[in-house]
Amino acid sequence: MTSSDKPYKPLNRDQMAWRAAQDLPEGAYVNLGIGMPTLAASYVPADREVIFHSENGILGLGPKPAPGMEDENMIDAGKNYTTLKTGGVFMHHADAFLMIRGGHLDVSLLGAFEVSEAGDLANWTTEDPSFPPGVGGAMDLAVGAKEIRVIMDHTDKKGNPRILKYCTLPLTAPGCVKRIYTNLAVIDVTPQGLFVLEMVEGMTLETLQSLTGPTLHLANSWQALTPPDAIAA
Amino acid sequence: MIDKQVAGVAEAVAGVKDGAVVLVAGFGTVGIADDLLEALHAQGARELTIVHNNAGNGDTGLARLISSGRVAKVICSYPRSGDYSAFLKAYREKTLELELVPQGIISERMHCHAAGLGGFFSPVTAHTKLAEGKETREIDGRLHVFEKPLKGDIALLRAKKADRWGNLVYDQSARNFNPIMAMAADLSVVQVDEMVELGSLDPEAVATPSIFIDRVVVVGAKA
Repeated sequence: MTSSDKPYKPLNRDQMAWRAAQDLPEGAYVNLGIGMPTLAASYVPADREVIFHSENGILGLGPKPAPGMEDENMIDAGKNYTTLKTGGVFMHHADAFLMIRGGHLDVSLLGAFEVSEAGDLANWTTEDPSFPPGVGGAMDLAVGAKEIRVIMDHTDKKGNPRILKYCTLPLTAPGCVKRIYTNLAVIDVTPQGLFVLEMVEGMTLETLQSLTGPTLHLANSWQALTPPDAIAA
Repeated sequence: MIDKQVAGVAEAVAGVKDGAVVLVAGFGTVGIADDLLEALHAQGARELTIVHNNAGNGDTGLARLISSGRVAKVICSYPRSGDYSAFLKAYREKTLELELVPQGIISERMHCHAAGLGGFFSPVTAHTKLAEGKETREIDGRLHVFEKPLKGDIALLRAKKADRWGNLVYDQSARNFNPIMAMAADLSVVQVDEMVELGSLDPEAVATPSIFIDRVVVVGAKA
């Protein structure tokens, strides 16, 4: 069965980022991890003011610069050219991480390889012996924000679940993830287990369960996950 | 009259001994004292321990120090950044040691030394591989890991402007590790784009007060 034969259509990267962005509240201070989380900045509703933090010393990260307007001394955590929003400021690294570790950020939206039923996060190493490990700010980000949310594909490239009873890869931090946005569903991690808040259209709990390690519970108020048509593949 | 400006980059890095711990500011390719790193290569010190967020880029600066066998150890958070082929070769040939430290822990360890403190407990790395072998303590019901202060023999810094006392201002995200490393080394050396008259920097905007700076050299802005 090819993906086009499935009765449901997984979200693309932009649609996943859009969904995560809808949950960022007005006035929130938010750190976006490198990769897919960074895309979420583009999808914050226009009537909401959200302030983005970058680990390399920026509070009030703006959008990508227009072509030709890049400044060599203005980069984000992913080392891509960026801009400063009006009202944005700079600080040194120790203060940037004080904000991260000290509970000053409202939300940290991170990428992940695996998340466990208990909210354990594995996102820093795949233990490839031919390359040196790198941790960057991952472990700081995973312990400090008021709420840690993850955005990742529901399964790996071979179709194996990435939401597991226990992580198989080395942990970044235990018990920290509160919400998971995947290309198939939005899932809350609670002391009572994993609760499915939203599923893509055509998805059933049975099918989603077959792609997930631990037991899933369907939230009473669950709804269909339907991104706007404008955010197409 | 105090004047911390020196004539050139060779004078700026004079006296670095074999085995020195060198704090190298910068994040990616931004805020790095490329010219001071080249001068350190020419100066000749060996068996260096480098503290940096990444592990060199391309074939100049820190990458050249590594590829010419002058670095014994790298303390960093994320070596796999940009073109890190010089580091990768040395890592695979096991000619240098890697100490991997989370980014916020590297900066706080230096901050701790600068503040005259003997270390700190942090929840970062608790229950992970990076805490193996480290002292732990439960504080308010949460496991914390003890981190030692980190001190440099020399810090190689980059700023936008300095005055003759060594007060510094930076350029946007090029500030990054510079103010922390400036505080954490016995000898702090900065390359700047421009020297300005004492009194012309806004006292409210100075990010590194002169007490932390020993030598200033004007290299000019990047082309």
